Amino acid sequence: MSDINITIIDRKGEAHRVAAPTDMNMNLMEVIRSFELASEGTIGICGGMAMCASCQCYMLNYEHLLPEKSYEEEDMLDQAFFVQDNSRLSCQIPIKEELEGLEVKIAPVTP
Amino acid sequence: MIKTDILIIGAGPTGLFAVFEAGLLKLKCHLIDALAQPGGQCSEIYPKKPIYDIPGFPEILAGDLVDNLMEQIKPFEPGFTFGERAETIEKLEDGSFIVTTSKGTKHHAPVVVIAGGLGSFEPRKPPIANIQQYEDNGVAYIIRDPEIYRDKRVVIAGGGDSALDWSIYLAEIASEVSLVHRRKDFRGALDSVEKVEKLSKEGKVKLITESEVTDLKGEGKLESVVISHRDKASEKEIKGTDYFIPLFGLSPKLGPIADWGLEIEKNAIKVDNTYDYQTNIPGIYAIGDVNTYPGKLKLILCGFHEAAIMCQSAYQRIFPDKKYVMKYTTVSGINGFDGSKKEAKREIVKSIN
Repeated sequence: MSDINITIIDRKGEAHRVAAPTDMNMNLMEVIRSFELASEGTIGICGGMAMCASCQCYMLNYEHLLPEKSYEEEDMLDQAFFVQDNSRLSCQIPIKEELEGLEVKIAPVTP
Repeated sequence: MIKTDILIIGAGPTGLFAVFEAGLLKLKCHLIDALAQPGGQCSEIYPKKPIYDIPGFPEILAGDLVDNLMEQIKPFEPGFTFGERAETIEKLEDGSFIVTTSKGTKHHAPVVVIAGGLGSFEPRKPPIANIQQYEDNGVAYIIRDPEIYRDKRVVIAGGGDSALDWSIYLAEIASEVSLVHRRKDFRGALDSVEKVEKLSKEGKVKLITESEVTDLKGEGKLESVVISHRDKASEKEIKGTDYFIPLFGLSPKLGPIADWGLEIEKNAIKVDNTYDYQTNIPGIYAIGDVNTYPGKLKLILCGFHEAAIMCQSAYQRIFPDKKYVMKYTTVSGINGFDGSKKEAKREIVKSIN
């Protein structure tokens, strides 16, 4: 009932429109994993603690609606690669109703 | 050659607890881990994070859980090979295995248990296209012997503690130290940041911030790095150097285990969860986060369960003719290999006249 639509562009460049539930305490990284849009073991390695950067995504819109970065998230993005101004760790983005229509792109895997 | 009953690859919580379960069956264990200390992810990634789903512990710090496990398995005298990665496996005619590490240490055991979690922790390599061709020819991800940098020019990249600490250390040894970092902020210990700032003012460390090393140049060996400055995308600086040391922390990789002929699915090792968590190669088991089966949950408590089940099967493999009856620790206590004995205090029966 309380799903929102999110467009996720995978690492191969393919766009997927998925319905993400807002009532299951999920974050964006978990949504990507549950739809298997990035291969297992290459995303969400630390489990969502902002302690690796494997779930880095580029936020293509709604940047102003997203929560502020925590110290831990800033810290990880600092050490990550392929970082851009719109980079976020998707595990730190809770799925909320106001994000209806969110568009994101998953950052490349670190070699 | 190190000989043991059960060779465990990975000294995280699951591997450590396997030592305890094996010890109850009087089986000796030896563990190999690429990290320098026990605990795996719990020590390397989140030692100060509280865990709330260890049965019997409403809240425990990951680091404390590791300390407790080490204490729990102490009577069973496990052996450790730290700082080495399990590289190759060879099956002998008698069905036993020889596992050789990255440093050539050989381990011989009838049973091999992979408790490797996400894999071994490897240095993160920056995405520079030609970096591989300069590895060991001027590019290093780990500083093993600082003396080789004496009177040489060194470029370090990174903004964390290890980049700061090594810049400070090498400032005294190298002829020139440059520290390249993507931002202006450094997130290391305040003390180290201040020291680097001081060294920079004294001209002993050259700070190059808001910049990234994007290319490497040199014939046969590294001769210079190309540094791109932020906001000046067109401007690139070519800096002559003898060494480039990118220090961007560690990330886990399944590594050579992926080539051992084990069935792999979704970056994890497939096991038989209806019985004993054995892989497609008899005698090799996989437990904890490294394995997969229908309904798998990557939880520490599931790893503990899998360790206990695996040990029963391993015992049967090592002693096919022996019958084993599981005993509760509340009944039999713990008989350590070091001669220690733990058991419940006996009630003294005394009649009252």
